Amino acid sequence: MTTMTNTQPISAPTLRHVLHDPVWVKWLLTAIAVGFIILFLCLPLAIVIFEACAKGWDAYWAALSQPDAQAALRLTLLTALATVPLNTVFGLCAAWAITRFEFPGKSLLTTLIDLPFSVSPVISGLIFVLMFGAQGWFGAWLSAHDIKIIFAVPGIMLATLFITFPFVARELIPLMQEMGSEEEEAALSLGASGWQTFIQITLPNIKWALLYGVLLCNARAMGEFGAVSVVSGHIRGLTNTLPLHVEVSYNEYDFVGAFASASILAGLAIVTLILKSVLEWKQGKH
Amino acid sequence: MSILLSNISKNFGKFSALNHIDLEIPEGELVALLGPSGCGKTTLLRIIAGLEQADEGRVLLSGVDKTEQHVSSRGIGFVFQHYALFRHMTVFDNVAFGLRVKPKKDRPSEPEIAKKVHALLELVQLDWLHDRFPDQLSGGQRQRIALARALAVEPSVLLLDEPFGALDASVRKDLRQWLRSLHHELNVTSIFVTHDQEEAMEVASQVVVLNHGRIEQQGAPSDIYDHPANAFVSRFIGQTNIFTLEQHDAQWLQTSGLQIAEDQHGKVAHVRPHDIDIQKAVDGSTAQAVLKDWQHLGALIRIELVKDSPDDSGATVFAEMPNEQFKQLRLNKGDKVSLRIRNAHWFH
Repeated sequence: MTTMTNTQPISAPTLRHVLHDPVWVKWLLTAIAVGFIILFLCLPLAIVIFEACAKGWDAYWAALSQPDAQAALRLTLLTALATVPLNTVFGLCAAWAITRFEFPGKSLLTTLIDLPFSVSPVISGLIFVLMFGAQGWFGAWLSAHDIKIIFAVPGIMLATLFITFPFVARELIPLMQEMGSEEEEAALSLGASGWQTFIQITLPNIKWALLYGVLLCNARAMGEFGAVSVVSGHIRGLTNTLPLHVEVSYNEYDFVGAFASASILAGLAIVTLILKSVLEWKQGKH
Repeated sequence: MSILLSNISKNFGKFSALNHIDLEIPEGELVALLGPSGCGKTTLLRIIAGLEQADEGRVLLSGVDKTEQHVSSRGIGFVFQHYALFRHMTVFDNVAFGLRVKPKKDRPSEPEIAKKVHALLELVQLDWLHDRFPDQLSGGQRQRIALARALAVEPSVLLLDEPFGALDASVRKDLRQWLRSLHHELNVTSIFVTHDQEEAMEVASQVVVLNHGRIEQQGAPSDIYDHPANAFVSRFIGQTNIFTLEQHDAQWLQTSGLQIAEDQHGKVAHVRPHDIDIQKAVDGSTAQAVLKDWQHLGALIRIELVKDSPDDSGATVFAEMPNEQFKQLRLNKGDKVSLRIRNAHWFH
């Protein structure tokens, strides 16, 4: 009898006590998180915009319409345009191979896809210098055939390609693993060709994840600094991408120029963030 | 279309999934591939479909060697265990898919496709769902749509992988009957995979029992039940009591009315529960067992008996009889009973 009467009133509050932290813990954690975001994300962004416009709109536009800034912007767009489609195709192929086939060395390939994430970008750049630079493995052959890779646009593209290749594959592999291949097998058994199956069955199922991967890949391709910095040679108007242009301008005390270019990259980041949320929402709906 | 498999073998690494399978299925049959999980039945079905390649052996459909042909040109319909409906398409588009991907010269016009799809949806009694998406359907509905989709391309062979495996018990019962009558109507050669012997017996006209990548027995359900080819089939198809002559006193079995010949070649007797009659023992000398408990199985009663012999550790024997008959016996727990074994299968 006593145990019955005792346990009933005690158990309910005890349970609530365990599940709910005190109010001050909730407020403290929220304050830390919000404070961190303001200090390290919002404040720098505000400073970029503030500094870019410090000498007025005219100076801002003048800084952006400099030939060097324009060239940097063009090169950045060109690099993204060249690398993102290539890495999209590569990501699809890799994800397909890993999720649909059994082959020796599969887990090694899966690990290698992540390599660019685990290697410092500067090292990645250096690899290309060691391979294609004047003193590198292929250096003599390349100079004999008058092909310039390092300190030229091809080097920048190669470095960017290397840095951004995991993005698409990493988005697709878990999704395609989870989906399995039954729908594709069903399409094949109904007489569809491999291409029809890919276009009509696989692609619609992975499109949001694919776009998400492409978006991240693009953001990184435009924003990459370390690897590109090593291979570019910082030739103004020729091999400077936007992130490199920011650094060069800043080092030359051209603060408006540096921050104006930085504001474009920041704007790109914000657009990416918004699109990313939209895609995540779309993906969640499907 | 008839199906002929000759000498099919398949290994996954060191594991031998199928071992020199020879199988002939006449036209128009509804065949169950029955076996425990891992016996190779799904692999065999996928090899017939062309979704998997055999390491050796040939697959002939209607006498034509299709071993090297791709799944898309074999003219088979495949129904997957988890339906594999295209989740981004409506029910209508799912069923129309096989018609729309045909090469231009064979492709029906859109109105013809619409007519055919609606006819198929009516056949599976789900036309009212044509504009829904797969995730808005119940399991049984999805399974029927998957079947309609497979039938749209007029396959000469219909292959179903555990078609009722993922469904509720009540839905499963309905669908079994429905599949049987649908097969009767269409008469397309069909093979389905199952691990449920009751399902195989109820639906199929032919049952193929597989174990460890080999065919143990093939035949009509009643054949397999009444004349199991070996101990595995006997155990797998329905419940059975197993007596080994070493363990059990031959005397005990003989008292129960079982003839044991002098040159008895088998040493193990399999006795179906319904082949055991029981009666209240008139005196102690004729008693062979003690009634321990019983369970109601609907129309039947399953009776749990404990063997009553001096050397025995108290092995349990199961008997089954109709409810009415059991009531008339007026038995209680702990009563001594005498047994009469009507039939047994002997195995080594």
